[in-house]
Amino acid sequence: MSFEDWFRKDRLPHIYCAGCGNGTVINCTLAAVEEMGWKKEETAFVSGIGCSSRAPGYIVTDSLHTTHGRALAFATGVKLANPSLNIVVFTGDGDLAAIGGNHFIHACRRNIDMTVVCMNNQIYGMTGGQGSPTTPIGCLSTTTPYGCAEPPFDLCELAIAAGANYVARWTSYHVKELERAVKAGLEMQGFSFIEAMVQCPTYFGRRNKFKEVTDQVEYLKTHAILRAKRDRMLEKGERMPEDMFIIGELARRNRPAMGVKL
Amino acid sequence: MAVKLPKKKGVFVQMEDEIASMAAIIGASWTGARVMTATSGPGFSLMMENIGFAAMTETPCVIVNIQRGGPSTGQPTMAAQGDMLQCRFGSHGDYSIIALCPASVQEMFELTARAFNLADHYRVPVFLMADEIVGHMRERINIPDKVDQVLRRELAGGKLPFQADEDLIPGFATFGRGHGVHVTGLTHDERGYPCTTNPGVHAVLVQRLVEKIENARHTIADYDVINPDAEQIFVAYGAPVRTVQQVLHDHGGKDIGFLRLRTVWPFPENALKVFPSAREFLVPELNMGQIAREIERHVRVPVRAIPKLGGDLHTPDELVRTLEVPR
Repeated sequence: MSFEDWFRKDRLPHIYCAGCGNGTVINCTLAAVEEMGWKKEETAFVSGIGCSSRAPGYIVTDSLHTTHGRALAFATGVKLANPSLNIVVFTGDGDLAAIGGNHFIHACRRNIDMTVVCMNNQIYGMTGGQGSPTTPIGCLSTTTPYGCAEPPFDLCELAIAAGANYVARWTSYHVKELERAVKAGLEMQGFSFIEAMVQCPTYFGRRNKFKEVTDQVEYLKTHAILRAKRDRMLEKGERMPEDMFIIGELARRNRPAMGVKL
Repeated sequence: MAVKLPKKKGVFVQMEDEIASMAAIIGASWTGARVMTATSGPGFSLMMENIGFAAMTETPCVIVNIQRGGPSTGQPTMAAQGDMLQCRFGSHGDYSIIALCPASVQEMFELTARAFNLADHYRVPVFLMADEIVGHMRERINIPDKVDQVLRRELAGGKLPFQADEDLIPGFATFGRGHGVHVTGLTHDERGYPCTTNPGVHAVLVQRLVEKIENARHTIADYDVINPDAEQIFVAYGAPVRTVQQVLHDHGGKDIGFLRLRTVWPFPENALKVFPSAREFLVPELNMGQIAREIERHVRVPVRAIPKLGGDLHTPDELVRTLEVPR
């Protein structure tokens, strides 16, 4: 067995653009699932709408590709009705933080036993590149043609504040770290949230002066700062540059969880 | 439900909103559970998108709507029947559903049980379209020791998860049993795989979603006929049934016909043919004439809507006066 055995090979070719970061995240997630030794019939993938949410359609297990923003509400129903199923949710920044924002905080509050992997490409990719709640200030999109003027959400801070048991952020550059974080999330009881910053060359990169796919991955690599390093900077009284974001394990705790297999 | 379900090994959860409630019961249904949610007014509007998802993915579920005056926040809580077309057509695209209308506490019990059976058999959202009067009614009821249970047909080996049998209904690929089914609201083929640009696949799927219900409408139909030789016929469902019953009680004889519907969708138009002498159909509804409009499609004699808005039932006198209007 390898993680490749989890793919529906009869669904190839997939819909993802050349250079898309989502495939990396799907690989890391399936590698982590494979390491868990879960049986396929005991595992279900759930998603909403968007590029990220097409992922379950390429996976051989039972899977539920739902309505925009509602994946966590559907997944809550699946898990409460059959706690013996292992639930993994794929979502994106638009799906999770805009239309699905309410379900996100309530799933965290319930701390329902599932693992949510969010591919944050900072844009609505599937619908043609509109700005999302995580588009950074100043960035261009079809709906922010003069630069995004709204401050973005920090999805991990949101998950922590709302009560998730496990929260981590990595990027499509940090493949091994991302896989380990997903595995840690799968092992944890309660709500696990893993945010993966990914490149979207077609809609984000093209409009924001990233000539090559690798330029955007390089940007994610050089603008990510480890939580421990950030903490050391704060101790020294240094400020974190505004275009940097924190990576690493950001929360790990044992609040009471719902939907845990008995 | 919150009190009783946990004691019966069921699950009750209060979701954050009606969008999430509808989503959660669909998710739960795919594990093989029998599922329901209940709402009134704006909550019903919020459920609409996911009701379409349930129709598209052929997910058995029961939705109880205790109708109140609308539009918008309207009249919490006064009776109405203003959501009869919304339950049929409220989500985007073409599909069919089943809607049952109780007129008593006993029927609330019986039709709820039937709603679950119909949902499981036809793999479709089934609506229990009551109203505030029936919803708050207190009456003596008989609860049988056992109710008939029609269970979902599990997907047979060798069949594709959305490959319909002769009755146009596919076997159900319950999660957790190794079927490896992909469930999507996108137009999908018999494997369940998204297939959004092939016109034939979409046409075949949507026609089947409609026909599996509409072709079975005479089986699903549930109605009573009183005085089939009458010339003037009342047609009613839900709480207005009670007023018509009072009129028939007070004005005995064979000259007032009554078609009492318990199934409103799919509309059982054959029931209208049971009145060969019909000169006029009179339709008292707690709305502006939603089902009167449907009846007009099926008959060649006049159909008179008798709307009543505001939350009160028609009085028996109001209905009697409609019989006396010169023609």
